[in-house]
Amino acid sequence: MSQVFHRSTNTIARVSIFGAIFIIAGLLALAAEVSRSPWVTEAQVAREQPIQFSHERHVAGNGIDCRYCHTSVEKSSFAGIPPTKTCMNCHSQIFADSPFLEPVRASFRTGESIRWTRVHDLSDFVYFDHSIHINKGVGCTTCHGPVDRMPLMWQESSLQMEWCLDCHREPERFVRPRGEVFNVDYVPPADQLALGRQLVAEYQIQRLTSCSTCHR
Amino acid sequence: MSRDDQRDPNAEPRTNPAPRILNVDAVPAGAAPVPARFWRTLEEHAGDSRFDAFVRQEFPSQVEAIVDPVQRRTFLKLMGASMALAGFSACTRQPAEPIVPYVRQPEELIPGRPLFYATAMSLGGVASGLLVECHEGRPTKVEGNALHPGSLGAADVFGQAAILGLYDPDRARTLTRLGEIQAWPSFLGAMRAALTAQTPLQGAGIRILTESIASPTLGAQIHEILARFPSARWHQWDPASGDQARAGTKLAFGEYLGVQYHFDRADVVLTLDADVLSCGPGSLRYARDFAARRRPGDRPMNRLYAVEVMPTPTGARADHRLALRPGQIEPAVRRLAAAVGAPGAASVDSGRSAAFVDAVAADLRAHRGACLVVAGAEQSPAVHALAHAINGALGNIGRTITYTDPVEVEPTDQLASIRALVDDMNAGRVDLLVVVSGNPVYTAPPDLKFGDAMGRVPVRVHLSLHEDETSALCHWQIPESHFLESWSDARAFDGTVSIVQPVIAPLYETRSAHELLAALSERPERSAYDIVRGFWSRETITPEFEARWRRWVHDGAVPDTAFAPKAVGGAAVPPPGADGPAAAGGFEIAFRADPSVLDGRFANNGWLQELPKPITRLTWDNAVLVSPATAARLEAGGMPATTGGEHGQIISDVVEVRCQGRSVQGALFVVPGHADDCATVHLGFGRTRGGRVAPGVGFDANALRAASALSFAAGAEIVKTGRTHPLACTQYHFLMEGRHTVRAVTLEEFERDPAAMTEGDETPPKTLTLYPEFPYDGYKWGMAIDVNACIGCNACVVACQAENNIPVVGKEQVLRGREMHWIRIDTYHRGPAERPETFFQPVPCMQCENAPCEVVCPVGATVHSHEGLNDMVYNRCVGTRYCSNNCPYKVRRFNFLLYQDWDTPSLKLGRNPDVTVRSRGVMEKCTYCVQRINEAKIDAEKEGRTVRDGEIQPACAQTCPAEAIVFGNLNDPGSRVSALKASERNYALLGELNTRPRTTYLGAVRNVNAEIGE
Repeated sequence: MSQVFHRSTNTIARVSIFGAIFIIAGLLALAAEVSRSPWVTEAQVAREQPIQFSHERHVAGNGIDCRYCHTSVEKSSFAGIPPTKTCMNCHSQIFADSPFLEPVRASFRTGESIRWTRVHDLSDFVYFDHSIHINKGVGCTTCHGPVDRMPLMWQESSLQMEWCLDCHREPERFVRPRGEVFNVDYVPPADQLALGRQLVAEYQIQRLTSCSTCHR
Repeated sequence: MSRDDQRDPNAEPRTNPAPRILNVDAVPAGAAPVPARFWRTLEEHAGDSRFDAFVRQEFPSQVEAIVDPVQRRTFLKLMGASMALAGFSACTRQPAEPIVPYVRQPEELIPGRPLFYATAMSLGGVASGLLVECHEGRPTKVEGNALHPGSLGAADVFGQAAILGLYDPDRARTLTRLGEIQAWPSFLGAMRAALTAQTPLQGAGIRILTESIASPTLGAQIHEILARFPSARWHQWDPASGDQARAGTKLAFGEYLGVQYHFDRADVVLTLDADVLSCGPGSLRYARDFAARRRPGDRPMNRLYAVEVMPTPTGARADHRLALRPGQIEPAVRRLAAAVGAPGAASVDSGRSAAFVDAVAADLRAHRGACLVVAGAEQSPAVHALAHAINGALGNIGRTITYTDPVEVEPTDQLASIRALVDDMNAGRVDLLVVVSGNPVYTAPPDLKFGDAMGRVPVRVHLSLHEDETSALCHWQIPESHFLESWSDARAFDGTVSIVQPVIAPLYETRSAHELLAALSERPERSAYDIVRGFWSRETITPEFEARWRRWVHDGAVPDTAFAPKAVGGAAVPPPGADGPAAAGGFEIAFRADPSVLDGRFANNGWLQELPKPITRLTWDNAVLVSPATAARLEAGGMPATTGGEHGQIISDVVEVRCQGRSVQGALFVVPGHADDCATVHLGFGRTRGGRVAPGVGFDANALRAASALSFAAGAEIVKTGRTHPLACTQYHFLMEGRHTVRAVTLEEFERDPAAMTEGDETPPKTLTLYPEFPYDGYKWGMAIDVNACIGCNACVVACQAENNIPVVGKEQVLRGREMHWIRIDTYHRGPAERPETFFQPVPCMQCENAPCEVVCPVGATVHSHEGLNDMVYNRCVGTRYCSNNCPYKVRRFNFLLYQDWDTPSLKLGRNPDVTVRSRGVMEKCTYCVQRINEAKIDAEKEGRTVRDGEIQPACAQTCPAEAIVFGNLNDPGSRVSALKASERNYALLGELNTRPRTTYLGAVRNVNAEIGE
């Protein structure tokens, strides 16, 4: 009986057996990369919004403090999205007739809320608290990036758990003095680690890595 | 045994046949009964070997699937396919979500932080103060109001379940006339026409039917209407208010009085069929005061005697309990009255209770002025009057019992009231009937034929939360605003006024009772706020009214409105037969409001329906409750099904209860400690309308009642029908297989040797484990649960359900042993089945330091936290259930199906936003309310301090009226929980397993009277 397979099949078999390791490893690496990519995390992707609101204009241009709009960031888990009234504080005087601001005026007139698209959207099983991070010296830009250079808002970081844990494991790499938390132009000093260790001790920052810190 | 013998009311305790164990026919001859010290089920008590085998069978329903190889293969194939598909289904990208800010944000609101508002809930004409947690305007959780004298921070099951009542998707939503949607103005027009026609008659055809009214404003509104139409009549009918207790004060003192007990001052207490600790006016306060005297070492321990028909939570806490048939109670009380020297009381032979009564009388006499006798709501006015006379004779009045003006706006004989209304309706004297809340067609005694009589009234108006039996027979159905949606006011058991403030705008087009009654007045378009505020501004004429009003609304209790004690004369001892002819004898039936759904008003509340009732631990049903001996005589009972699920169901005989020509059919259920030759049935079931949950649950026991005998009926008989009915009884779930779980000693033993409590306990050394020791440097959370204080009222179970978004699973799933409650109240008995001692043991997650669950999880979904919690990570859980199998305490709950309702919009509003809503296939369990721990820790960190003792209260501990659950930091030697853990009563559940549970228990101490003995 003649051979069913040609002799070259042996080579193919050998290559695929050894290659399988690399193929599987490659696939896993690809999966890991894809799951961290902006395609999944939507980091660095600017979102369309019902109103072309520019943080760049308001923060860098006008020098408005973060807390003027995000009022509850020091008191609550939720930083707060400004009510229409906050917009109208200025825009009843400035650009009061701008067609771009018609949705704001319409909202104020009708009492119907503006429906923004959420940019930083944690999973529902994650409980993040802004106030304690602010209190412990985590700056706004540490997580949110250079907000003063974002014409349309995007999510700077991946918001994945490994990203959270980077800081929860080694807070000294990221913390800054409390007075600099809202400073968008803050540049960490060259000896960040030394400063960080000092602040970690001073602010009694704990390395909280228990699951129930965030999941409940 | 002949029929005649059964009917003999004076039959002395006959030698009861050896307690026949439900339907398990014969205990095998070889099986020597090994009476476990504590037992949960009668089968366990009898040491039935077949039951042992049943307990060891973990999945009785799936035995065949495991044995049959073909099915097993199919099962694995299907599982493989579903695993693969489940894997793919996770590959979705997160959808874009909108974020919606306010247009004008309320000033006091910080997004993400809850606000708490004080309000009050009225039940049966008495209010209890509440504090409602609101997230961005949505009420999500009810707590007790610590500033309110009737609550002191505790809330009962009804208060806790009010959130689900508010968001009930079956609530009546629109005003209808004969089923057609109408606008409010058209109703006002119809009322104007009807009232105009009545004006020349001075309102002779107008009838207003209300429940008992605790609201002074509502009372004033009704009086205003009666002043405008002098011939109109106001009737009251409220099955939840103590009609007989009211009549009792009238009989004793000649006037209606409010009664207040002071358990903190009572050394000896006797309850006469009174479940005074877990239901009725002031019960939250009473439970707190009572429990304060149950902690040996703090203050002298009190002693409680209970005489009752059906075992109740109060009876379970008693040091001595005597089960009597309803008809035997009055003679016993008369004997007691004579023994303590109540003027005019003649001693009677009370039969088998005589020895008990004489011993109690001696103890009461020895504690003159520091004892208390309490009669239960179902007892006849004569028994109430006798109790007042006994308290008078013992010098208790003004000390342990005080009398005040009645709390209700207008106390009245409600049975006579509804009877008069029916007569008027039958005689055609009623032209306009306005039913303000209540469901009289369902709750009125059936022989009054309220529904038929109502049919003769030309215009019928009904205000109600649900479209119920009464709505179906009314022209105008007006949807009622929930009490969390409307302004009102109410008086507590001591008279303290609370302003009831809404915490959310009405969800639907609803009206409150104030607005409906305004429609009958000259100014029909007033808001409830204007009416209530207007009333109090007239009552309190002061320039500072605005400031005071704000303070009242804020605090939830108006200061100095409690009634002053009233001096009363000697209570008259009613002559025998004052209540009409004595019970006719024979088999007796006791009617009770259900501990979960009351008179049926909460029947559409899934939390309450699924709540295992105290003692019986039945859910989703009522039953004909009898003693083991009576069940044996009837040759009926129930047995745990061996094929129906994971120990979930009791296949019970359906019996027909016949009484004076009326009959109902219901499942029989055997209750250890119930009085013999009588049965207890609970009202509030067998509804025909009222939502998707209420109809079809249980049987309508009201059909058996006659207006002449609302609490007890004699001359009944019980006949087996030959059919069976599955009862969902959680007493058979998570059995402890005879392990040593409860500790109880007598006070004498405890004082002699406190170590007696934990005698024989094995405490393995801490090092006896393969796992590395965890350092707990910061906080170390722990809990102590006082078995001696727990009254088994279930408030913690509902509080936990509301706080932690726990779903309702339905009867079918409870039958399979799949209820989701994170805390359960295990009920243990000790001693003979006819008169057992009963203990309640709430069991949440023990948060073991050496947790068996953690080491078996293959995906790290349950892990140890640095503060000692066994964290449950839902998003990691893949549902292997290994953790649950390895948990010796059986406190883990698995979402076998998608129990959570993800679709109904109104239910979404009520969820706690701080707790993940779990989906199918995920394990869950008690977390010590970790969301509250984290919140308090963050607040403390921001203020640069550590968490104070008592700052964190898990939902169960916060609502506990008896303060039986204490939570705190074990690393703080000054914390309350540390002190309790150091107590000699402290013991760990299954401590011999070296799980080192963080939740431990304080053993029970019984203050027994040596004269009666244990």
